Parts: sequence; structure tokens; C-alpha cells
Amino acid sequence: MATTLDKVDVVTVGVGWTGGIIAAECSKAGLKVRGLERGAKRGTEDFYMAHDEFRYAIRYELFQNLSKETITFRNHRKMNALPMRMMGSFLLGEGLGGAGTHWNGHNWRFLPYDFEIKSMTEEKYGPNKLGSDYNLQDWGITYDELEPYFTKFEYTAGISGEDNNPFWGKRSKPFPTPPMKKTPILNRFEEATKNLGYHPFMMPSANLSESYTNPDGSTIAACQYCGFCERFGCEYGAKSSAEITVVPTALETGNFDIRFHSNVVEVLKQGDKVTGVRFIDTITGEEFIQPAEIVVLTSYVLNNAKLLMVSNIGEMYDPDTGRGTLGRNYCYQILPSATGFFEEQFNTFMGAGALGMTIDDFNGDSFDHTDLDFIHGASLTITQTGQRPIQFNPVPPDTPAWGADFKKASIHYFTRTLNIGGQGASMPHKENFMSLDPNYKDAYGLPLLQVTYNFTDQDRALHKYLSEKTAEIMKEMGAKTVVPANPLTDYDIVPYQTTHNTGGTVMGTDPAISVVNTWLQHWDAENLFVVGAGNFAHNGGYNPTGTAGALAYRCAEGIINYSKTGGSLV
Amino acid sequence: MANEKKGVSRRDFMKTTGIATGTLIGGGIIGGLVGYNVNRDKGAISTNNQKGTNSSGQTADHPLNVGLKFFTTMTAFNVLSQATERIFPEDELGPGAIGLGVPYFIDNQLAGSYGMNAKEYMQGPFADGASTQGYQSRLTRAEIFAQGIAKLDEEARTRYQKGFAELEPEQMDEILTAFQKGEVEMMAVTSDFFFKLLRQATLEGAYADPIYSGNQNMEGWKMKGFPGHQMSYIGQIESEEFQKIEPQSISSMTH
Repeated sequence: MATTLDKVDVVTVGVGWTGGIIAAECSKAGLKVRGLERGAKRGTEDFYMAHDEFRYAIRYELFQNLSKETITFRNHRKMNALPMRMMGSFLLGEGLGGAGTHWNGHNWRFLPYDFEIKSMTEEKYGPNKLGSDYNLQDWGITYDELEPYFTKFEYTAGISGEDNNPFWGKRSKPFPTPPMKKTPILNRFEEATKNLGYHPFMMPSANLSESYTNPDGSTIAACQYCGFCERFGCEYGAKSSAEITVVPTALETGNFDIRFHSNVVEVLKQGDKVTGVRFIDTITGEEFIQPAEIVVLTSYVLNNAKLLMVSNIGEMYDPDTGRGTLGRNYCYQILPSATGFFEEQFNTFMGAGALGMTIDDFNGDSFDHTDLDFIHGASLTITQTGQRPIQFNPVPPDTPAWGADFKKASIHYFTRTLNIGGQGASMPHKENFMSLDPNYKDAYGLPLLQVTYNFTDQDRALHKYLSEKTAEIMKEMGAKTVVPANPLTDYDIVPYQTTHNTGGTVMGTDPAISVVNTWLQHWDAENLFVVGAGNFAHNGGYNPTGTAGALAYRCAEGIINYSKTGGSLV
Repeated sequence: MANEKKGVSRRDFMKTTGIATGTLIGGGIIGGLVGYNVNRDKGAISTNNQKGTNSSGQTADHPLNVGLKFFTTMTAFNVLSQATERIFPEDELGPGAIGLGVPYFIDNQLAGSYGMNAKEYMQGPFADGASTQGYQSRLTRAEIFAQGIAKLDEEARTRYQKGFAELEPEQMDEILTAFQKGEVEMMAVTSDFFFKLLRQATLEGAYADPIYSGNQNMEGWKMKGFPGHQMSYIGQIESEEFQKIEPQSISSMTH
């Protein structure tokens, strides 16, 4: 029998960036908040020995243990969905800070175009630009409405950057810290893109250029360019993450506590409200009920959707009829790129996760799509994240994959290979969705989440066009050999691509095509909020964290208002 | 290949140094490395153990903390050793897989959570999937390696009536290529998947921090120009010059 705990005002399921933001804002406002975190406590002191590529990047020290829970995957509905038995395409987080502990720190605001993508695309290109198979929709909120929350997140995280990109939305305040250092690699990209008539700028970075104390009083240290960011925690506390900012802020109020090793398995609903959550202590196996006035789902995209599904909250999306919203508009990220092999050596092993320069000349609707068979685009970036020897064995085309020639070439090119990559937008397609798997179960007896996903014609066209553009830049940078990315075929869950899964719990103004309203309040339960990149109606041409952080701040404001007034916030 | 230039075939070299026979390999990495050094004009590989002092400070003719934790016969271990050496061979740049301790690294990994698929979802039902769905074998990596290594030897005996470790390098390559192409029949797994694991594990052993028993004396990093664990590059990040930095292991944080 489950033990029922004392009721709290707010319970968050997961304590990463979004859970931490909700906790900080609500606890500052006087609400009693409890965070249920399925993983362990961890912080900067745990990362002093993190410069270990094998343990962290190859053996996935910080990630979800798939033996307990994974997803199943198929490319399309006629295929038998099978478990993702080994981590690959994306790296699911676990533990305090979530995936925000091992992110690179690319911090973006989605473009004004993103939030009104359907209206703006139809206005400019007519109603049938993509065809009816794509579930293109506005987000129900504009960039200008979200702008104060973007600013709030950037000031919490201390983002380093420069406001000289002509294509992004207007900023009400400058970046809290100046951009990171420019390196010879970045200088080359800057010169090449300027030669081609583009508009390069320093990527907004959560690896801070200088020590910074945020408005809540948390201090984030200055980045040391050690080259161990993505897949690692930062031993300097120089990469903004929840456990060094919003989590301590929340704890200091005395109104917040975290219960670790607590895996939520159900959101409890009675009538048109939720009453709390049921969770399992993963150490003892004991079952608990945590009653709460307000439940906030702040776990990863996939788990937020799964929890709603196993709790029977909302209507499952049906690709046959187009009805239902839960699991709809699952999107990923399209990654055009070009690799350049150079004669000269670069210090490729130095760097920081978000040390980079970007152009937005081919992002959003910065360029005319009238004669193109796709919409949107990608931010095109060169990053110097710090290459490591197990993961990075670049060889020019026609080099064997092993043996003497491979050894020579991969050693030679380790410090002579650069890559320009795009974070390409991903448009929702009616056949790409999440549901529950009928065959496979997790360690708690719940069905695994099932993902049905493949690249679309839109994706392939975007990828081809932008890979060509990146190849032109790489050539201008002086590479001896330039290799554009292979054309997209079918989505493959094996090679790592990106942990930018989005959708499934989309926000909007119309309950027929959204799970939550524009305050991220569930349409079917007014005291249930669902926060994260799952709210994205499509995925934009940037990394998602900045936009997820902004949505979390907006949601926190909504929760505080709701705690006073009750009822629908819209 | 460097040795062929000197009129000594790789196989002869291996035979004279004892690397392929198992005796020296059985004696641990020292034996192998000492053998290598005899036949190299310069660039001798130095290890902490070279003078017969193991890492615990004990004097011995082999390091007491190096040995087999997974494979049960030297025949199987020698097949693994030769296969990894073909994937990452010794050349004028520096040691190959054997000299870097890769076979021991792989053996040790197979004995632990990697070999047991401790962090992988291993619940049934198992079914053959599309290639886009990835690992669907019911076997753990340890089981795949055990079968794959035995299969390499079996394939060698079928084709050449010799054990894999006794073959000429070109013959080993021919068999490894057949595995890579998925042409060899294996049970509950494909040979190309086994080869993929073997190749990846070889690179891991060549370049993982030496605390994992590969990348001996950081020779893998030295070849590649990777400095390992460095606290900071803030003073060099803007430099136009390529920076040659003496590598450092993460073990420096505990000593």
C-alpha cells in the first residue's frame, strides 16, 4: 500500500532547468514546493574528475540507465516498434539538473517567425506551401509576449553574447555578460562568412565569459575553455545549470525540498483536477502518494508525455483521424553540416561547449523560400567544443575505417578537421508522434513510450540546401577537402544526433490541437502544468534550452497567479 | 609498414619477439613492450613497469595487476590481440593496439558492466529489427565477443588451416573484412555488428585515460596530440600557434 505524505502546494516531477525554475519562483512567492527527482543529488564537487572521456562521454556516466526504462522506436506505423536497447541518437538525462547538467550551453531564443509560423508562412507563401500532411500551427503566443521571460532566463543563467545578429528578435536588455573569446577557428569562420556577405556573431553561451552573480544571488564562474562540456558536468561551476542557480535559490527560501530517488509513475486525477502524484522510492521500492494543490511536470519531453499517457490525462493523438493531441507534433532536429579537412593544425582539443560563431542568414524566414520546397532553415555555426580522441576520428572520404591507413589519417586529421553544423528546424508531420508501446514495459511495470518518427520531404530538402551552404562556407575558410553531410534518408536511432526532442505536449490557444494553454496549464485539469520542449509546436532552427527556460518562467508566473485565483488562466 | 622496410616481415617480427606466441603476452604488457623496443631504432615505449616494478611498487618480472578477467584461454586472448592490432597497427607514429594494452582493456571491460550490458534494456521479446532500430540481439556484449573471437579463429582454420593468431596480416585482414561486411554466420547477432563493437572497443582502449589499462603511458594521446586532462586552456585558447602540451591523466587528481 502506498504511504500518503503531507500535502504540499506545488510538486514538480523532475528537478532540472524547468523544475528548478518553477521551484525557485514559486518558493520565492511563498508556496511550499517539493521536487521529486528520480536520480541522485549531484553538484560541482562531483565533477572534479570529469575530464574522463571514456567514463562520461563513452560509457554515459550521467545518463539514464536504460535497463530500467527506455523507449521503443519505429520509422513508420507499418514497422514493428522495438526498444532502444542502447543509448544512441539522443542522450537522456537523469539526476539533479537533468540534461541541463551535461548540455553544451548553446542558449537561444526562438525567432519571432517560430511563434507565428503558420500565419506568417501562409501570409507570405500561401496556404499550401507544405501541404496538408504537416501539422503546422502557431504557438498561441508571440515573441514579444515571451521576450520578458527570455530575458529573465538569460539573466538567471548569465548568458554571454553580443546583440549584433540582424535576424533575431528585439532584446529589451543587453546580454548579461560579454561574448566568449574569439579563437583562430572562429576568426576564420567570421572572415569567410563576411566574405560571402553573411552576418556572423558570437553564439550566446551558458559557458560564461566572466564570473557573474545573477539577480537571485547565485554566482557562476568564468569558463576555462577546458574542452569538456557536453556529456560532462563542469568542475568550475562555469556552465550555467539548474544545480548551481535556481535550485540553490529555491532551497534558500526554506520553502523547497527535494526528494531524490523518487520516480513518479502516475499523476492522480479526480474529476477535472489532479490531486497529486504516485511515486516509487527507487532505493527501497516503497510506494508513496504525494498530494499537492498543483502538479507540474518538469521532466524530459519524453517522460512528460508518457506520464500523461499512463495517467489517462488528455486524448491520445490518432494519426488516422487527426484527432487527439497527446503525443502529436513530435519533432526532432535536422542537422545539415559540412566537414573541412585542412593542411594546417588547429587547437581543436581546446574549447567550450558553446564557444562558437553563427549566422542566421539561412534561419527562419531570413531568406526567401518562394522557389524552395521547404520552409524555415537553420542557424549555421562553427563551434570549438574541444575534440576528444575516442569520439573524434575524422578521415577524408575513401579512407578505410580501420587498419594502417585509418590510424594514420585519423591521427593526422584530429587537429586538422573542422565542422560547420546547422541546428535545422523540424516541422511536425501527421505520421510523427508518440504513443504507448503495447509490448514492452519499464522496471515499474509501465508501458514504454513509443516513438514513431521519420524524416520528411521537408527535412530532406532543408538538409540538402543548407548542407550546400555550409560547404560553401567551409570552402571559403580554406579547407583542402570539403565534405557536405550525406543526404538524409531514414531516421536512424543508432548514431548520436542531438538531444533536442520536442513536442507531444504542445501549447496553443485551441484545445483541439494543443495539450496545454499558453500558460502551460493543462486543458483538462486546471491545476496541472506541463513544462518543457514538449510544448514546442515545432522545433526551431536553434537548440531548445533558452526557449524552454523562458516558457518555464512564464509558467511559474501562471502557477503563482493560479495559486491565488484558481480557474483557467486563459 | 616500418618493419617490412627493414626486411623483416611483421609475422617474423612477432614471432621473434614472442608477441604472437602467447608466452610474452601471457607475461603481461611488459614483455610485449620490451620485445617491441628491441626491434625499434628509437622511440622506445617506456612504461612505469618497464624496469620490472609494477604500479604497486612491487618488483616482479611482470606487472601483478595486469591479467585476464574475462577470457579463459590464451588462444582466445591472442586472437583478440591480433585482431585489435590489425585494426590499430603499430607504425612509425607509435604503438599499435597491443603496445597500448588494448587487448587487456577490452578483456577487463568485458568482465564488467559493459560486458554485462548493465545499462542497456535487455527485456524481451527480442526480434530482428531494421538497421535504424539498432542493437536488438538477445546477447550481451560479453557473449557477442566470446562468440565472435571464437568465430574469428574458426574462420581462420576453415580458410587456412591455422589459428587466427598464426595468420599473415593480409589473411587476418581478409577475415576481418568478411566480418565487417557481415559475411560470416554468427548466432543471434551479425558479424558486422560484432566487428563494429570490436573496432569501437579498440579505439576506446587506444585513447581512454590510462586508468582503464589501455593507452599505455598515454602513448595513444601522444600520437594524437591530445593532452588528456588539463585544468584550463584560458591562456592558450586565442593562440594562433598549435600548442604541443605534455598529456596528463585524470589519475593526477588522486595523487
